[in-house]
Amino acid sequence: MGNPRPVKVRNFHQAKWDEEVLFELHKPGERGFVVSPLEPEIEAEVGDGLAAIPPHLIRRTPPELPEIGQMRVVKHYMRLSQQNLGGDLNIDIGQGTCTLKYNPKINDVLAGSPKMTRLHPLQDESTIQGILEIMYKLDLFLREISGMDRFTLQPASGSAAIFAMVSIIHAYHAAGGEDRQRDEIITTIFSHPSDAAAAAVKGYKVVTLMQNEDGLPDPDELRKVVSNRTAGLLITNPEDTGIFNPRIDEFTRIVREAGGLCGYDQANANGILGITRAREAGFDMCFFNLHKTFGTPHGCGGPASGSLGVRRELADYLPVPAVVFDGRRYSLNYDVPRTIGKTRAFYGTVQVQLKAYAWIMSLGAEGLREVAEIAVLNNNYLLEKIRKIRGADAPFAKGRRRIEQVRYSWDKLYKDPGVTTEDIAYRMADFGMHLWSSHHPFIVPQPFTIEPTESYSQDELDEYIAVLQRISDEAYSQPEILKTAPHRSVVHRIEHDWFDDPEKWAITWRLYKRKHLQPSRTSGE
Amino acid sequence: MKDKVKRAHPYIPNSEPLVKQRMLEAIGAKDIEELYGDIPDRLRFRGRMNLPEPLEAEADLRRHVEGLLARNRSCEDMVGFLGAGCYNHYVPAICDEIARRSEFLTAYAGEPYEDHGRFQALFEYESLMAELLDMDVVNVPTYDWFQAAGTSLRMAGRITGRTKVLVSAGSSPERLMSVRNYCRPVLEVETVAIELDTGQLDLRDLESKLGNDTAAVYFENPGFLGVLETRGRDIADLTHKKGALLVVGVDPISLGILAPPAHYGADIVCGDIQTLGNHMNFGGGMGGFISTRDEERFVMEYPSRLFGIARTSVEGEYGFGDVAYDRTSFGVREKGKEFVGTAAALHGITAGVYLALLGPVGMKELGQHLLQKSQYAMKRLSALGRVRAPRLAAPHFKEFAVDFNATGRTVADINGHLLTHDIQGGWDLSGYFPQYGQSALYCVTELTRREDIDRLCRVLDAYLNTGRT
Repeated sequence: MGNPRPVKVRNFHQAKWDEEVLFELHKPGERGFVVSPLEPEIEAEVGDGLAAIPPHLIRRTPPELPEIGQMRVVKHYMRLSQQNLGGDLNIDIGQGTCTLKYNPKINDVLAGSPKMTRLHPLQDESTIQGILEIMYKLDLFLREISGMDRFTLQPASGSAAIFAMVSIIHAYHAAGGEDRQRDEIITTIFSHPSDAAAAAVKGYKVVTLMQNEDGLPDPDELRKVVSNRTAGLLITNPEDTGIFNPRIDEFTRIVREAGGLCGYDQANANGILGITRAREAGFDMCFFNLHKTFGTPHGCGGPASGSLGVRRELADYLPVPAVVFDGRRYSLNYDVPRTIGKTRAFYGTVQVQLKAYAWIMSLGAEGLREVAEIAVLNNNYLLEKIRKIRGADAPFAKGRRRIEQVRYSWDKLYKDPGVTTEDIAYRMADFGMHLWSSHHPFIVPQPFTIEPTESYSQDELDEYIAVLQRISDEAYSQPEILKTAPHRSVVHRIEHDWFDDPEKWAITWRLYKRKHLQPSRTSGE
Repeated sequence: MKDKVKRAHPYIPNSEPLVKQRMLEAIGAKDIEELYGDIPDRLRFRGRMNLPEPLEAEADLRRHVEGLLARNRSCEDMVGFLGAGCYNHYVPAICDEIARRSEFLTAYAGEPYEDHGRFQALFEYESLMAELLDMDVVNVPTYDWFQAAGTSLRMAGRITGRTKVLVSAGSSPERLMSVRNYCRPVLEVETVAIELDTGQLDLRDLESKLGNDTAAVYFENPGFLGVLETRGRDIADLTHKKGALLVVGVDPISLGILAPPAHYGADIVCGDIQTLGNHMNFGGGMGGFISTRDEERFVMEYPSRLFGIARTSVEGEYGFGDVAYDRTSFGVREKGKEFVGTAAALHGITAGVYLALLGPVGMKELGQHLLQKSQYAMKRLSALGRVRAPRLAAPHFKEFAVDFNATGRTVADINGHLLTHDIQGGWDLSGYFPQYGQSALYCVTELTRREDIDRLCRVLDAYLNTGRT
């Protein structure tokens, strides 16, 4: 009992249905769904309804949607789902920074209640007290976790939360009459790309600090660029490297003394819940991605949530409405004097907020801290093992521990057998695993980032390492396997020239037909 | 805590004390604290987070959350006439089935090999929407129509190199609030008036404001007040004559029966896919789309992911991947087009399922029913006397403004009364559209039955005309 099993590298094969594109299933006259018939009394009263509409507003040619029987539609999507590797199936730790952890099933069940799914956002407040209480309490929980004074749950993602922070920075300086003068936002190269990109959308000049030999930004470099043009700082900590910046409070102090505001990108806070907070580090604002740290599913890329917290002095800038409680009754308050307005329709992705509420309720204060501690333990366990894999390396901060993730490098494999991160990522698919290949720009050459979270057992971590080890062995002994991978996945190497050539790209089926399909290959048309 | 034996939380396998100890030994660490050695003491949080005692047992958690949810009354418990941007359309069982598939629900951003399924499903979503819109290019969903409208206008600004956009006052007021924030300070947003009695765009005001600095003109069809814009082609001509682009927001559920904006000259079309098989979720069910022609100057300005189809090294296989990835902020940070990240992909997959199920016939029937039901509701409400429906003299799709001014009652009073009869009345317009006084925006969907409309009218009649309750 309790001893680790021998580590197994799975003889995996992904489902491969050779499934048609939906439009190829078209059979005129088939139906997937029947619309409820109109009551005859209505027809008797208003006729066909078209007489009231000017003829030029009526669609003349029906949309060329396929006609497919119901079972075939189900089968099509079931097959596509089988050709997708969700977190419930794989050891999903190869997309570091994104905190892919277990998404408890009970939370999906709770969010599937008609008391959630079938709520209209504009219902009378007396009919929505339950959901408002959940939103209000989630705000209180996040205050405890961050030390901030008030949260809005409205931003629909981390990037949306970053844009909301930038909007608050802009509105704050506009209120002080300095919005034209303060036209620079400072960030760091290992902060999320959206910290730079969202600032640029708001018209800011972006100043990016590079890393030193420890992989960290240098406060002295910050001092050189900070000025009365500085509007604010947007920074992650730990950054994508997983190295904690111990001088983070110096960064916030420098920027605040120069009159700027400091926004903490805590999209991923999984290693520091209950350990260290935005308030003690001197931030004015921070946000959490509920779909990362707080256990809600990623849904192939949303719906998601980036809940944004601020200090009291900035509460008047938050989006409307705020969820408030007078001791008896929850309500929506639109009277927020300096509000930046709306960042998303209504109140954000409330079904995601509900799942995060349930997740926190399942863990409590000690549980959250345990999440962080085990995530960090798992990460350092992997670091110890991966460093020993031939060709893999963990740049920066040699000999030091990391927080929740590590940005590694396959540069030695690239220089010797000539294998890239991309090749390895494709080979991982043959073992039912995923390794993310996008970490632009490649400051760390041939990068990969592993973030094990708290969800995976030691056995599973060992299995992932065994696969990395196997692939490293292959890289030195038979690199051709990697160069032509994947071999046991849904499809084989994709021809990338179709994606960057305007003559060839086909973003929709109609463009594919127009640009590539010979008349002989059309069917049912 | 009676139980002194530390046991693993079900979500945290390695919190089991022996495993934890073994792993610490494997990395040569004394304890967990040692792993946090980089965090200086002054930054450590030494307090205790004030959170409720955990409900580790699933049954307890379920009882607690369901107890809170039980305080809500949903559209299953009441008859509702609310729309205003979120709609109670029927969600086919298969949409739920696919949206809950754990392979999709718990996936994120795998490569086009191990995550072939989501790439194909989203490519198909783009393709189905393109047919519905009669356009060439559709993005992987953004957050919602708010974001889609904001980005469409920013795209127009970059494409034309101009700095001003004109937006119809008949658009959703909160959407415009979001658009203003998204454009500020790079683009100036100016409002074009609507005609008081039709709710349609005031073309004279538009002409007077269109200039050589205008990047785009934006209106919604149907507009926020439910009216259809009948002069889309005239607006397109005026816009194009000044070298500006026409951006139109649209409810895609209307397009089985109504002409898509591309047919009257729209260059960029945007809107929300909540109506296509996505639950309302208290406003959480939104997903935004942006659509254009397949011209490089348009395609290269999208910030969003665009999934394309391609060949593979094996004859006859379909592969998928990112088209023109280097446009995105993932590729080139602040040099990219706006920003991209997690948004509403699963709502896109679900909308694809919806369109695959309904097909051209279902979409046409559904659209026509919405026209008929709303016309029936307007007719019955008007028959009450002193209630004017619609308030605006224009064709409508599924929503319409009901004018209660002549009744001497406020919308708030009326809605309060309706609620006592388990009816959620239309949305009070007096805040955002004071020019219409005590008017409310009513919406019908295919789930609104004739008897629901009739009962609404009976209750209103009793309240407004006879003083009975």
